[in-house]
Amino acid sequence: MSEAVNIAVDKEIDARGSFCPGPLMELIRGIKTLPVGGTLAVLSSDPGSTKDIPAWIQKARHELIGAFPENGYTRFVARKAH
Amino acid sequence: MPQRIVIVGGGVGGTIVANIVSRALSTDQAEITVIDATGQHVYMPGWLYLPFNGHEGVELSHGERSLLNRHVELVFGSVTAIDTKNRELTVQRAPHTDYVGRQHVVTEAKYPYDFLVLGTGARLAPEDLPGLTEGDGAWHNFYSLEGALRLRTALHAFDGGRIVLAIGGIPYRCPPAPLEFVFLLEDWLAKRGIRSQTEIHYLYPLNRVFPIESVAEVATPLLEQRGIKYTTFFNTEEVDTEKKVVKSLEGEEIPYDLLVMVPPHRGARIIETSGLGDPQGWIPTHRDTLEVKGQERVFALGDATDLPVSKSGSAAHFEARVIASRLIAAVRGEEPNPKHTVYDGEVMCFLETGHNTATQLVFNYEHPPKPPRPSLFYHMEKQLFNRAYWHIVPQGLV
Repeated sequence: MSEAVNIAVDKEIDARGSFCPGPLMELIRGIKTLPVGGTLAVLSSDPGSTKDIPAWIQKARHELIGAFPENGYTRFVARKAH
Repeated sequence: MPQRIVIVGGGVGGTIVANIVSRALSTDQAEITVIDATGQHVYMPGWLYLPFNGHEGVELSHGERSLLNRHVELVFGSVTAIDTKNRELTVQRAPHTDYVGRQHVVTEAKYPYDFLVLGTGARLAPEDLPGLTEGDGAWHNFYSLEGALRLRTALHAFDGGRIVLAIGGIPYRCPPAPLEFVFLLEDWLAKRGIRSQTEIHYLYPLNRVFPIESVAEVATPLLEQRGIKYTTFFNTEEVDTEKKVVKSLEGEEIPYDLLVMVPPHRGARIIETSGLGDPQGWIPTHRDTLEVKGQERVFALGDATDLPVSKSGSAAHFEARVIASRLIAAVRGEEPNPKHTVYDGEVMCFLETGHNTATQLVFNYEHPPKPPRPSLFYHMEKQLFNRAYWHIVPQGLV
């Protein structure tokens, strides 16, 4: 079992196979509905997410707890900072 | 005794389910009811063209009754309660005249079901973005018939300045529509002879101009060629209609003379009040079977779901075939049609790029779209589809 599976989150969105609107948009949507301090995991099978998701989280000044590669996808875990 | 299949919402998804199921099952096997608040089936993609008077020949709405198989009962009314434990809906029926000409006033009625399909759609929620409610009337949209008509009036009175398009919330219906709008706007302003006096500024929440990289790679050079300014990573946080600026959570402020917003969206109120939805009113739905999570004999489709697919008529269309196939199988006590057992994320749509060109996006959970070079061919195909829709799609013929 990987490290990522052990991180408990308040909400998880399975965006594997999502091209439109795509994992980043799912993440933004998820963050908006969370309370400050809440955590969110987004599962993405899109290789572009490893670049897009950390870039947006940094730009929007939230916190990326980690990006954990799984079998055929990545689990991104983020915390809403403000 | 026939199984009672109740479908809430007479949009594209609900109508296709009703028609396919009613063709496959006899009235002894199933009693199918569609409950719709207005009784009007609306072709929302047509609103995109309205501000530019480009909708000639495209019918924007049609009576739902005329699109349904004659064995389907249509109820005009609003669902006020969904009781999934006792499998029963409470419906506030609108005043209506029945099939023998009797007049009915508003009445409340109970509709028990054996299977429930929720195609309750999305609603605009301007109250979710600070400044929109306060500034009502001072910003525009093309996400409703009234909005598109008012935008048409404003654009026809416009004689130059700065037009800004911004996304007010995520998710929103038809992800390509904002891009299509700025392409059509640029074309229209050029034809009116005021393109050189007008700056078009497209603001997008992601780090590119469209969620899908391959599509952004086609659209970005086109925006540049047409002189359409764009700013990415712009998540609208507030609109100030007095100072005429939009502000982003990333800290930018963009001024405008005419503002076109994609308003924030939410699921239907009944989904929020019944406790079936997430905090934005979207229905938690299994991505393959389209069953509502935690419920039995309840399906959801189209804009109403929380699925990671575009909120579009196309997604609803392909989802409807899966739900219809599963309903038919359940009533007959068979396995579902292997061709339509699960939803594979299929979506097929067009992206209008202005100057009589368009491209096409076809994708599913496994395959990203590979948009062809924009051309007259896809524009004509889209125009044909806009007209053929009423004859082939709601009936479930394609």
